[in-house]
Amino acid sequence: MRAVAVIVMLKELRESLRDRRTLLTSLVLGPVFAPLFFILILKLTLARSVATQDEATPVTIANSAAAPNLVQQLREYGLTVTLRDGTEQEIRTWIADGDGLVVLRISGTFAEHFAAGQPAAVVIYADGSDTRAERRSARVHQAVAGYSAMIASLRLQARGISTTIMRAVAVDNVDVSTPSQRATLLLGMLSYVILLVTLLGGLYLAIDATAGERERGSLEALLTVPAAREQLIYGKVAAAACMMILALALVTASIAVALRFVPLETFGMTANFGPGVAVGVFLVMLPFALIGAGLLTVVASFTRSYKEAQSWLGVVMLVPTVPIAIASVLSVQPSAALMLVPSLSQHLVIQGLMRGEPLSMTWVLLSVGSSLLLGWLLGWLAGRLYRREAILG
Amino acid sequence: MIRVESLSRSFGSIRAIDGVGFEARDGRITGLLGPNGAGKSTTLRILYTVLRPDTGKARVDGIDVVRDPLAGRRAIGVLPHSAGIYPQLTARENIAYFGALHGLSGGTLAARVDELIAELDIGDCADRRAKGFSQGQRIKVALARALVHKPQNLLLDEPSNGLDVMATRALRASILALRAAGHCVLFSSHVMQEVAALCDDIVIIDHGLVVAAGTPEQLLTKFGAPTLEDAFVAAIGDARGLE
Repeated sequence: MRAVAVIVMLKELRESLRDRRTLLTSLVLGPVFAPLFFILILKLTLARSVATQDEATPVTIANSAAAPNLVQQLREYGLTVTLRDGTEQEIRTWIADGDGLVVLRISGTFAEHFAAGQPAAVVIYADGSDTRAERRSARVHQAVAGYSAMIASLRLQARGISTTIMRAVAVDNVDVSTPSQRATLLLGMLSYVILLVTLLGGLYLAIDATAGERERGSLEALLTVPAAREQLIYGKVAAAACMMILALALVTASIAVALRFVPLETFGMTANFGPGVAVGVFLVMLPFALIGAGLLTVVASFTRSYKEAQSWLGVVMLVPTVPIAIASVLSVQPSAALMLVPSLSQHLVIQGLMRGEPLSMTWVLLSVGSSLLLGWLLGWLAGRLYRREAILG
Repeated sequence: MIRVESLSRSFGSIRAIDGVGFEARDGRITGLLGPNGAGKSTTLRILYTVLRPDTGKARVDGIDVVRDPLAGRRAIGVLPHSAGIYPQLTARENIAYFGALHGLSGGTLAARVDELIAELDIGDCADRRAKGFSQGQRIKVALARALVHKPQNLLLDEPSNGLDVMATRALRASILALRAAGHCVLFSSHVMQEVAALCDDIVIIDHGLVVAAGTPEQLLTKFGAPTLEDAFVAAIGDARGLE
């Protein structure tokens, strides 16, 4: 004879795995499509930033005859130069009609001032609300500034003055992040995806086994079997946890596969999500499945119908993301104390794993231990709830 | 054998039952008859241990079900008011699930389930998922589920509610077969004709109290009424809830 909780668990799993709709949302949409969608977005973002770097910058120059050297310099700088003369009013209409057009107008007094060694004026016209035009105008500005600096230093040299006098402060940027760390910034969102997909995996089973069972009218019959009520609910919590673990396994695998198709290396980033890390992520998330199953079961036990349970759990699903969001905003550093906060501790350990940092065993144990404790508490609470007469609704 | 003594139970300020007492014997069908809200379901729910009484005793085969609910549940089979079954499981699996929860397993369980499928004549839908079952098929599966552990006593709460004629006939046949096998059958109903057609003993409940009890003949004599319907009206004082 099997333990009652095991009988209940196996029956709940069998029912869930037979329900096509449940299966689709729990184990296909979440675990497979969520990471794919995420990675698609990641890929698009990366593709865009590459395109931005290599993008040709077209510029239309008005009154080019006044500054042939500048025009030549801009061409050498790699800008695609178009010459077209017009008044300021006309330039404004070109921009209004044109697609991300940037116009450089050389003032009528340019040649005169340039020859006299005085600041010669140019004006850059662009639509600041158009991000592409904004980007192009910044590059034109940079190119003109380069030309200006070059001429200035030539003038200084002609007067026998060292050009270094122009540089009172030398600024240089050093990016100290390792390629993995840079990737983690982008991939940091992945632990959200893993967390939510794991919860989603057990969502329908948790609802079906509690509010659904009551709504279908099978709960009362179930409560007349000679078994302690908490044994029945432990079986249901265990079944929801199993579905979550299944979803978790699928989502880590699909992320590991999908990340192979993102050319992170091109940007000096490496996605540290090989089989080893995937297994680590899976293991550290296991206790979280118990928390999720307990939490969803407890909340669903309070609701009167399937629909009510659905709307409540939609909100409850977001609860575990709150500590992560707060920690991200405050950009906290991982510490032993934070390992006691479920969901946040999993997030931090996953981040560490993806960065390829050495993990403190104490931290992992704290994370696993505190999560198991909370999961056990929630399971116990669900048992208490099922002992009440009011559970019949 | 079921014996209930001065059972009472309140929900907040509402007294659902207030000193109900009766007896249901083996090999007989006992009907709890009364208008809606009379306390029939509350009485049955206390007997099948999902509710606790405030005062009074409820015994099934001598077991105090309030003190020892697990032993009580083993002695009874229950068809609750809402007898839902699991739509994704087949009829056979629905029955076997409850069998397993009653501690049956392996060959014993399989043999018992086969036996019930034959007895209740649900062989044609035994291995189909319960999703598309008719009312009649559903109630038979729920009944088989209640009988899987061979309980001596059977409690049915408004079993024919929502059943069509054919399903009601099939259910009656099953109940009569259980009586013939020596079981104690206790069912509640607010349908006069059903009680008249089936019951050996009738317990009339109103406002949480037993207002009359006995065989149909005894009730006719007691109230000097030509029909059971008249006796019922005389017992509860008016014609509320009669169908």
